[in-house]
Amino acid sequence: MRKREWIYGWLLILPALTLIFLFTHFPAVLTLLHSVFSTPRGRKAAHFVGPANYERMIHDPVFWKVLTNNLWYALGTIPVAIALALLMAVLVNRPFPGRALSRMAFFTPTILPLIAVANIWLFFYTPGFGLIDQILGLFGQGQTNLLGDPATALPALMVVAVWKEAGFFMIFYLAALQAIPPQLAEAARIEGAGRWTIFRRITFPLLMPTTLFVSINAVINSFRLVDHIFILTNGGPDNASSLLLFYIYETSFRYWDTAYGATLTVVLLALLCLLAIGQFFFFERKVHYK
Amino acid sequence: MFDTLFKGAATAAALALVTALPARAVDLQFYFPVAVGGGAANTIESLTDAYMKDHPDVKIDPIYAGSYQDTITKVITAARGGNPPQIAVALSVDMFTLLDDDLILPFDDYVKTDADKAWLDGFYPAFMENSQVDGKTWGIPFQRSTPVLYWNKAAFKAAGLDPNTPPATWQDMAAMGRKLTKTDANGNVTQWGVRIPTSGFPYWLFQGLVAENGGKLANAEGTETYFDSPEVIEALHYLVDLSSKDKVMEPGIVDWGATPKAFFEGHTAMMWTTTGNLTNVRKNAPFDFGVAMLPKHKMRGAPTGGGNFYLFKGSSPEQLSAAVDFIKWITAPEQSAQWTMATGYVAPRPATWDTPTMKEYAQEFPPVLVARDQLQYATAELSTHENQRVTQILNDALAAAITGQKTPEDALKDAQQKADAVLSAYR
Amino acid sequence: MSRFDRYLWNAGAGLLALLWILPLLYAVWTAFHPAAYEADFTLTAPLTLENFGKAWQAAPFGRYFLNTFILVTGITAAQFVLCTLAAYGFARFRFPGRNILFSLVLLQLMVMPDILIVENYKIIRAFHLVDTLFAVALPYIASGFGVFLIRQTFMTVPRELDDAARIEGAGPLLTLWRVYVPLAKPTYLAYGLVSVSYHWNNFLWPLIVTNSVETRPVTVGLSVFATTDSGVEWSVINAATLMTSAPLLIAFLLFQRQFVQSFMRAGIK
Repeated sequence: MRKREWIYGWLLILPALTLIFLFTHFPAVLTLLHSVFSTPRGRKAAHFVGPANYERMIHDPVFWKVLTNNLWYALGTIPVAIALALLMAVLVNRPFPGRALSRMAFFTPTILPLIAVANIWLFFYTPGFGLIDQILGLFGQGQTNLLGDPATALPALMVVAVWKEAGFFMIFYLAALQAIPPQLAEAARIEGAGRWTIFRRITFPLLMPTTLFVSINAVINSFRLVDHIFILTNGGPDNASSLLLFYIYETSFRYWDTAYGATLTVVLLALLCLLAIGQFFFFERKVHYK
Repeated sequence: MFDTLFKGAATAAALALVTALPARAVDLQFYFPVAVGGGAANTIESLTDAYMKDHPDVKIDPIYAGSYQDTITKVITAARGGNPPQIAVALSVDMFTLLDDDLILPFDDYVKTDADKAWLDGFYPAFMENSQVDGKTWGIPFQRSTPVLYWNKAAFKAAGLDPNTPPATWQDMAAMGRKLTKTDANGNVTQWGVRIPTSGFPYWLFQGLVAENGGKLANAEGTETYFDSPEVIEALHYLVDLSSKDKVMEPGIVDWGATPKAFFEGHTAMMWTTTGNLTNVRKNAPFDFGVAMLPKHKMRGAPTGGGNFYLFKGSSPEQLSAAVDFIKWITAPEQSAQWTMATGYVAPRPATWDTPTMKEYAQEFPPVLVARDQLQYATAELSTHENQRVTQILNDALAAAITGQKTPEDALKDAQQKADAVLSAYR
Repeated sequence: MSRFDRYLWNAGAGLLALLWILPLLYAVWTAFHPAAYEADFTLTAPLTLENFGKAWQAAPFGRYFLNTFILVTGITAAQFVLCTLAAYGFARFRFPGRNILFSLVLLQLMVMPDILIVENYKIIRAFHLVDTLFAVALPYIASGFGVFLIRQTFMTVPRELDDAARIEGAGPLLTLWRVYVPLAKPTYLAYGLVSVSYHWNNFLWPLIVTNSVETRPVTVGLSVFATTDSGVEWSVINAATLMTSAPLLIAFLLFQRQFVQSFMRAGIK
């Protein structure tokens, strides 16, 4: 009987596990392996180089630049996107004229592919006759060059990412808000709790599973979402807006330095594993799954 | 009895089939980029269709692979995967990259007859610089370009300048730029004097300045760069000063993609961009415009740019000879003229300019001749081993200097060191 | 809530909504006006459909759309099947190695195939699958996220229901289908939306594994079409963007109420 349960269990997980191993664990191990070899070029085959690629990485200023950029990008986009998503959900959860329209507005980022919408943001950011400068011009402000200035290029990309994500996450918060029984808030109100207290003590804790769901997605996206960089800045000026995955793409598919690309990928892998573990411990205590 | 009869009939039928069919059809895969808007992709397809009509034994599959960047990525990934195309158009500067990866074949083995030799000698020498190394020809110029200066005649007139005289020298350009830069009541600039885009691939236009200053970015073998030579540093100073001292150009990184629009919108009175934009500007500029050679400093100068045909390893001999035959055909004067008129690229052979079609076109729209005339001063575009990495090093240095993070000297010295570290392996 | 408060909240909602829909408004503006009005918002500007014609002629967007459609539905369907089976296995069966295997699956929650583009490309190449729609989908159809999510839901299903089905003689698969799947509908809806949105938008991996019109999804098609050296033509690009996004947009507009409501009724817990 026990044997049969074993076999059933294994058979059920077999198809998914095979594919997950094939396209995640196996390539991850290969990446580790390739990071201690040299890049094969033409007739020159790869040979073992030990930690040489890692030494090079430690002395590569661009690597440190994109790594810090990526951390700022994550720190800047994740909390803002989640907070805005929650705010939007609360806003359109109440009946008011224009509610359907607002919901649709918040839904647009989900429909328009980032790679295409980046062209529109390019126009918004264009100095002089771009939308932002046209609006600033109405108030007598001079022109900006948000994408062309190392101080503002990364924040400009972060705005696009927040736009993209907040609208999408809103949907999940909205669904979760609707699932909360209104009696809970009603009871609290009778006991004299203010609206903010109700939100903080009742609504927000009940939204915790959604926050976990959304924040996993947000963390993943902060390391994965690089599409708009291709259109908006190409990582410039002087790598000011480049992110780790974009640098990996450049190294592997523009410079064809696949060994160094693998070395960079190892760092990203380590970072994501740490985050996965950390996130779990963090939410373990806050979320109570049945 | 019946059996032999049947066999005989079958053989006869098979024979008939074989004779009816042309000799075994040759399949060719042809990757090409489209770097200019408009119907470039359609023109390539109609040209290959025309070729296949005349050569029913050849089947060409043209694959539009995106930008130059996308195309080279596709070609290398496909070739490394053991599935190379037979023909591809890719940037001429990627020659060393393709050579180092051992992916391409020289054309020399297919240039045997005198007619073939005349064909190969018939390209402008400026375009062949990025196509030959070690005495062998690895690329055939096809969609080639060079940057030129466009100016807004109406804006010149409004600023009290002669609308028919573009700047001839660096000093002219800065001085005219000062007159053309307009500010509103709040002191905000509404029209800039000049626009030299610096996003994406700033090294290309910058190379124009370097050449005009009598400098060079790299040697012909692609093993040595001269990023910190005095001529290069001086050229970068001029570019940086246009924004910081002369204040005739938008500060910060200036976007390439938005440049034509900025010109149409009157946001800039002059722009530097590829001659491949000519058709676009002609169609969309709401004012009278002029096209001029880049202004000179110590001498005239400009880089060439654009794509060459490459021939890939791993193809059968039949495929290769068919491929070369197709390349000869499409670069012949008549086809080349069609391509130039459809796209605005510079026809890479003098013979093309002598065709009646081209003569008529040039007469009707003389600005197309500017790029051709500039070719005598043109130099090879920056190309080295590990080309993309080395040019990116220079791009980063230019961006750092333009945005004021480093002085031109420091930026270029750092870049030279980094480039040396990459290229030392190839010396 | 005081009347003033309500106005404040409504104004806030309106302002945020306006900001969020701005890119779409701009796309509509440029797509229906001549290129000269890309940066000029004169209300009397002439209307035109020319940009759509240009975009349609310049690239096979119909084909791109079909590719994306096949991809998105294929991936989502395959994910549902594979993740459901695995989630059921992890939630309700005891077998040696279960915990270690599940933590390996959880690892994939964070380490998505997008990160491993270099090695995954080599694997796809080894299978001779480069430039096929199957190759675009394959790394994604077993998803750690999906397994995790569905397992969470399955674990909330009372054992008694399971036992009852078993007593009636249903095998594990039938029990899964009759008891677990119907109870997990909200999870499927939420996960389906994540998955559809992910693959509708996915760009980097398809950019690398596709080479031809027959396999290119909309995102790659749009980028191939938009990156030219001669400057951005917003009117044509945005017409193309609208054209390819229109089916989804119109569907949302028409079924907005039903969609949002069913999504909400489902809820994710």
